[in-house]
Amino acid sequence: MINPKIPDGPLDKKWEWYIAKARLINPANRRKYKAIVVGTGLAGSAISASLAELGFQCEVFTYHESPRRAHSVAAQGGINAAKGYKNDGDSVWRMFYDTLKGGDFRSREANVFRMAECSMALIDQAVAQGVPFAREYGGYLSNRSFGGVQVSRTFYARGQTGQQLLQGAYQALMRQVALKQVQLNTSHEMMDLILENGKAKGIIARNLETGELSIHHADTVILATGGYGKIYYLSTLAMNCNGSAIWRAHRKGAYFAAPSWTQFHPTSLPQLGNHQSKLTLMSESLRNDGRIWVPQKAHDTRAPHEIPEDERDYYLERKYPSYGNLAPRDISSRAAKEQIDAGKGVGPMKNAVYLDFQTSIQRDGKETIQKRYGNLFDMYEKITGVNAYTSPMLISPSAHFSMGGLWVDYELQSSIPGLFVLGEANFADHGANRLGANSLLQACVDGYFIAPHTIMNYLAGEQPKQQVPNDFGQEELKLTEERIGRLMKIQGNKTAEQFHRELGGILTNKCGLAREKSVMKEGLQAIKDLQQEFYKYLKIPGSTKQLNMELEKAARVEDYLELAQLIFHDALQREESCGAHFRVEHQTPGGEAKRDDLNFQFVSAWEYAEGNFKLHKEDLHFEFIQPQERTYA
Amino acid sequence: MKLTLKIWRQASKTAKGSFETYQLNDLHPEMSVPEMLDVLNEQLILSDKEPVAFDSDCREGICGQCGFVINGDVHSPEKGVTTCQTHLRSFKDGDTLVIEPFRAKAFPIKKDLCIDRRAFDRIIMAGGYISVNTGQAPEANSTRISHELAEEAFDSASCIGCGACVATCKNASAALFTGAKISHLAMLPQGSIEAGKRVKSMVAQMDKEGFGSCTMTKACEAVCPQGISVANIVRMNKEYWKA
Ligand SMILES: Cc1cc2nc3c(=O)[nH]c(=O)nc-3n(C[C@H](O)[C@H](O)[C@H](O)COP(=O)(O)OP(=O)(O)OC[C@H]3O[C@@H](n4cnc5c(N)ncnc54)[C@H](O)[C@@H]3O)c2cc1C
Ligand code: FES
Repeated sequence: MINPKIPDGPLDKKWEWYIAKARLINPANRRKYKAIVVGTGLAGSAISASLAELGFQCEVFTYHESPRRAHSVAAQGGINAAKGYKNDGDSVWRMFYDTLKGGDFRSREANVFRMAECSMALIDQAVAQGVPFAREYGGYLSNRSFGGVQVSRTFYARGQTGQQLLQGAYQALMRQVALKQVQLNTSHEMMDLILENGKAKGIIARNLETGELSIHHADTVILATGGYGKIYYLSTLAMNCNGSAIWRAHRKGAYFAAPSWTQFHPTSLPQLGNHQSKLTLMSESLRNDGRIWVPQKAHDTRAPHEIPEDERDYYLERKYPSYGNLAPRDISSRAAKEQIDAGKGVGPMKNAVYLDFQTSIQRDGKETIQKRYGNLFDMYEKITGVNAYTSPMLISPSAHFSMGGLWVDYELQSSIPGLFVLGEANFADHGANRLGANSLLQACVDGYFIAPHTIMNYLAGEQPKQQVPNDFGQEELKLTEERIGRLMKIQGNKTAEQFHRELGGILTNKCGLAREKSVMKEGLQAIKDLQQEFYKYLKIPGSTKQLNMELEKAARVEDYLELAQLIFHDALQREESCGAHFRVEHQTPGGEAKRDDLNFQFVSAWEYAEGNFKLHKEDLHFEFIQPQERTYA
Repeated sequence: MKLTLKIWRQASKTAKGSFETYQLNDLHPEMSVPEMLDVLNEQLILSDKEPVAFDSDCREGICGQCGFVINGDVHSPEKGVTTCQTHLRSFKDGDTLVIEPFRAKAFPIKKDLCIDRRAFDRIIMAGGYISVNTGQAPEANSTRISHELAEEAFDSASCIGCGACVATCKNASAALFTGAKISHLAMLPQGSIEAGKRVKSMVAQMDKEGFGSCTMTKACEAVCPQGISVANIVRMNKEYWKA
């Protein structure tokens, strides 16, 4: 049994009391300590800037050319905060409840409460940085609704909320770079974690432009490396998103929690061809005004406008009348899959459902809809060539967000002392299903408000090391060199991209929206076979001492092939359905996820052991809210 | 569909580059330009040749990582679109596409189509921020900002830092990029206090990086994927003289 170190006290006092009791380091001594931060998304930029402002030295790494390109930039819809500006009954408690329920009671109460509690200050911080959130005519901040809630608590900056928040964090980071508090290494990829006496003390990085490997030492290492949903190949993530940093840490002893819990976003664009490299997301906010439907008749070939109202099935409104088109993501995605599997899919590949704005255009006028979603409609037209003001959008579920990640305790510390994990890279607040607009928030509060306190508390117990031993990291450096050499030497006849595509296909079909034991067993075997093929037939062109994107990809796919196996183990082991994890064997008569609280009210945290993962359990205790059946009907 | 590609190949920053010609036969109109290069690269790798190094990440027009010049058009023949959002339906079957990197003294070529745009980061470092530490912020609604002003600030803040404005400018000026950040921060009450210091230092950095001067041809506005207006440059100049 593992201990998440949740502080004592009433739920709404835990964090306050933690801060009150946390150890501090006096300002003059802080500069003696150094933190390595990997990642410059919201979580990474926020923690780097915040630690630097406190006076700690930071060395920051990103494989991107510039910190501003981290994938946080792509978030469209918005960020939640329990400001309660709408007088609609919102509060920290309600946000806590919505998030816990949204996650199907598979997250930790104390963490979730803290995220809701810190949400208000985050909006203040972002506004102070110059984030131009949408405003009402009176000059006050505007809100909208996201899936899985009945209040309006989502703040947004048109359809580019992530970009605007990241600009704020990136600018705060660059300010500290200018002040020389932060040393920034762009185009550098972390290849391995270095431990000293069991504690995280450094990393091996590869300069992607020169191929040079280097050793970096610090008093603590922070991973804020984002999600690994790209393992499914077709996903809403950027091409370079990967799981390697956390996988390398996992191999060094960090537990990996709930690896199979991946959210499929219900409103992404469907796959249109075989060469497609990614699926573009259309913001969930569209579901505020768009209505989702399919033809009632299977294999209906009529164009959408030829199908009369009474021959359409607005299945979300029908099945979940109180939430309708705003039913949570896991439920909406699964419902779409159900329709598509029943032969009611639409579009050229029959793999989509309609998202239709006719009703709201008739009600509110085209101009209003244009104001709300203009850039999303433009984007849709750019990609598909279709004008969504006149014909409905085609949407389809797509791999999107990793609820799973490295296991962390209340302090966001992994099972390796001194290794902190922030943002989408950790498993903490979202349980088995993340609510829309909660993950920008989580990445931000982890970085700005939580980790600065918990990291200082950790460092206060460490002696800052001034003298780094000569052999520090040499072993890891050698192993990394050998690993790269091994990959380069294979010289087969298949590219890393081809392997990735196949891997993604297997995962999507065998461990995607619906999961079944026998199918997963086939999937696991298929991955093992693919892995063997990888070591026989991989082909990487060029050399190691130059910009070599194929080598970068190959190393990431190598890690993915191992992670995929853990994903299958995790999904097989959990004989219940919860949130995004839908086991076909465990469903209610109405086809909804059926949890088994008696046997599975725990977080699965896996320990790496070559080819044989070991399960540790963190029991979940619900003191304040008793898990209930999660209905949205 | 079939396309002939003439692509700029350059082994490293210091190597001499030249165009190489490739023929692709099995393309589809719904593919994006990077997806077309994925196909080319797969063929090159499997026939023991070096793939074309090119940058792209989000492939949805928001990260600013992609960007080439195609037949003389910066990013795309379509208006207001990044390279990654350009689909082959924008070209005709049998067309020849000449593809080369964004060119500017301040953006050295790293390899083939990859360029180094870190000069932009250094401009931001010079003052493209509001000096607020974590924890200092007042309640967000305590300062009201009109709807119109918030929208205008957003327009300036929506820059993705791709460098198209520099690539298209005959002087390789970064005035639109710098002007957009200066305007975004200067127009908001939170950012106006530092406006004078900010503009001086950012403009100085822009010059130091080797970007040229702006002669208001408005070519930048025409290619900007976010449609950022040259009014931002006018505002930067105004702020500069004020300071
Ligand atoms: C299309 C899309 C839309 C979304 N919309 C919303 C939304 O509307 N609301 C919401 O709340 N959430 C949304 N999300 C989710 C949210 O954007 C992410 O969960 C969040 O931004 C993650 O932030 P992060 O800081 O953890 O990681 P990221 O922003 O992904 O940053 C990861 C960083 O780590 C670096 N990195 C990774 N590995 C290495 C390595 N080995 N070495 C060096 N550097 C490395 C990368 O370079 C990058 O800088 C969306 C996600 C997607 C994909
Ligand atoms: S790849 Fe991100 S903007 Fe083109």
